[in-house]
Amino acid sequence: MKLITAIIKPFKLDDVRKAIGDVGVQGVTVTEVRGFGRQRGHTEIYRGAEYSVEFVPKTKIEIAVADTLAEQVIEAIVKSAQSGKVGDGKIFVVDLAQAIRIRTGERDASAL
Amino acid sequence: MINMSRLLIIGVLAFSIPSAWADDAASAAAPAATEAAAAPAADAATPPAPTEPQLIGTDKISGGDTAWMLTSTALVLMMTIPGLALFYGGMVRKKNVLATLMQSFAVTCVVTLLWWLIGYSWAFTPGSSAYLGGMSRFLMNGMTVMKDANKVTVSHLALTIPETVYAMFQLTFAIITPALIAGSFADRMKFSSMLVFMSVWSLVVYCPIAHWVWEPSGWLAVKGVLDYAGGTVVHINAGIAGLMSCLVLGKRVGYNKEAMPPHNLTLTLIGASLLWVGWFGFNAGSAVAADGRAGMAMAATQIATALAALGWMFAEWVVKGKPSVLGIASGAVAGLVAITPASGFVGPTSAVIIGVVAGVVCFFAATSLKTAMGYDDSLDAFGVHCIGGIIGALLTGVFASKEISGADGSVITQLWGVGTTLIYGGVVSFIILKVIDMTMGLRVTEEEEREGLDISLHGEHVE
Repeated sequence: MKLITAIIKPFKLDDVRKAIGDVGVQGVTVTEVRGFGRQRGHTEIYRGAEYSVEFVPKTKIEIAVADTLAEQVIEAIVKSAQSGKVGDGKIFVVDLAQAIRIRTGERDASAL
Repeated sequence: MINMSRLLIIGVLAFSIPSAWADDAASAAAPAATEAAAAPAADAATPPAPTEPQLIGTDKISGGDTAWMLTSTALVLMMTIPGLALFYGGMVRKKNVLATLMQSFAVTCVVTLLWWLIGYSWAFTPGSSAYLGGMSRFLMNGMTVMKDANKVTVSHLALTIPETVYAMFQLTFAIITPALIAGSFADRMKFSSMLVFMSVWSLVVYCPIAHWVWEPSGWLAVKGVLDYAGGTVVHINAGIAGLMSCLVLGKRVGYNKEAMPPHNLTLTLIGASLLWVGWFGFNAGSAVAADGRAGMAMAATQIATALAALGWMFAEWVVKGKPSVLGIASGAVAGLVAITPASGFVGPTSAVIIGVVAGVVCFFAATSLKTAMGYDDSLDAFGVHCIGGIIGALLTGVFASKEISGADGSVITQLWGVGTTLIYGGVVSFIILKVIDMTMGLRVTEEEEREGLDISLHGEHVE
């Protein structure tokens, strides 16, 4: 099993949701986050006082999938979240040791 | 706290006793004199203009004027709560929003109490000198309506509406003036100290200056200073007190080191819009009648405000690269401030000029001037209200139209009003603040300030 974590532009969330749904993902966790990458921040000016905003709002999605599905999900995210400009985000993939469905106590593949 | 309240009482007594005595004598003599004068005057073509509040028949009251002044009173109260409260509340950080709303609301309540107690009498009745009103309306005593006798008291400043309406209309001005000061010391004054400061300031700064400028026997009124709706009495006065308060208090913790962006400019824009709408009561209401001059004041107000908003917006666009929401809202308020003394004296074209000048100059006052001088006027009460008020007061002298108002303007005369308010208001505000600082302390602790005033002063917070 893999845990796929993607940091994407907030307005791409709906597209990504549809794309991963199409390849068979059953569930996803979404969090509003802030961070910086090569896009860097921007400047805000209030009555002449300038503030540089170092952390840009992003959306983090976390998906646990079977190994066989991982590559398809990654492709789906890349395709749907891509705008071609700096700031499109990143995808991180780690091995997942266990998954448990709380309602039934089912484990691993059957819990996904 | 005990020391302060003792000081306050002594101060009030010191101010009131001499005029109280003088007033007793005056009011004892007054009815006799009025009756004696009334009989022969009945045939005379023009009876002398009244110089103090008096009882008249209800048939002399104008329904139209009264309806408009009741409406104006409500509009001007709306400027403070919720208008100014939201305008300021949106500009502070989220941890201080409730404390900022609370300041406007509490000032509304406290000034109402003081106005009933003595404020109205000191501001709007003739006193024994040209410097302070009398005691004849102490506890609003004598302000009345008699249903069966068909009699009602009127102020000598507003002969066609009941005195109650005039007193409440003027109360809403007395409320917003100290509430404006709060913009300068946002985020760092103790609530208890703020209540004491606002109470003392209202009685020893606002009431005398209102009396000097607006009560016909006041010394600046006699000099011919023009202030239609309060550019000097309200805005220069509040602005200079604001500057003093941010100088005495010092800068916010982390000023110029940490980011302090406004937490919700939606609230600020709603607040600015309520101020704009309410200001029709402020300026057109200052005609104290539903007449042509009220209409002209309304037109001048609308035009100057729009032009000042555009002036600030374009100045910011050119200098800083983007036209901001906070900028256009601030510009509108600057325009409202600047047209306040002029409305009722000037026509639409003058309003255009006053608006543009106010918008552009206040933009630089709230940005470049503040940065250059280094004071932390948190929400620019000085930069917008004092500077805008001065622009308006002086341009009133330039543009006042005899045709519209029957009065000639003079920049030199206007300078008397501006200078007196800056000096008296500035010095007395400074003294009040210093005395409070030495006795009960003005400022919250650094820890309380970092935690936010909502939690540390009021035990509440917004999500």
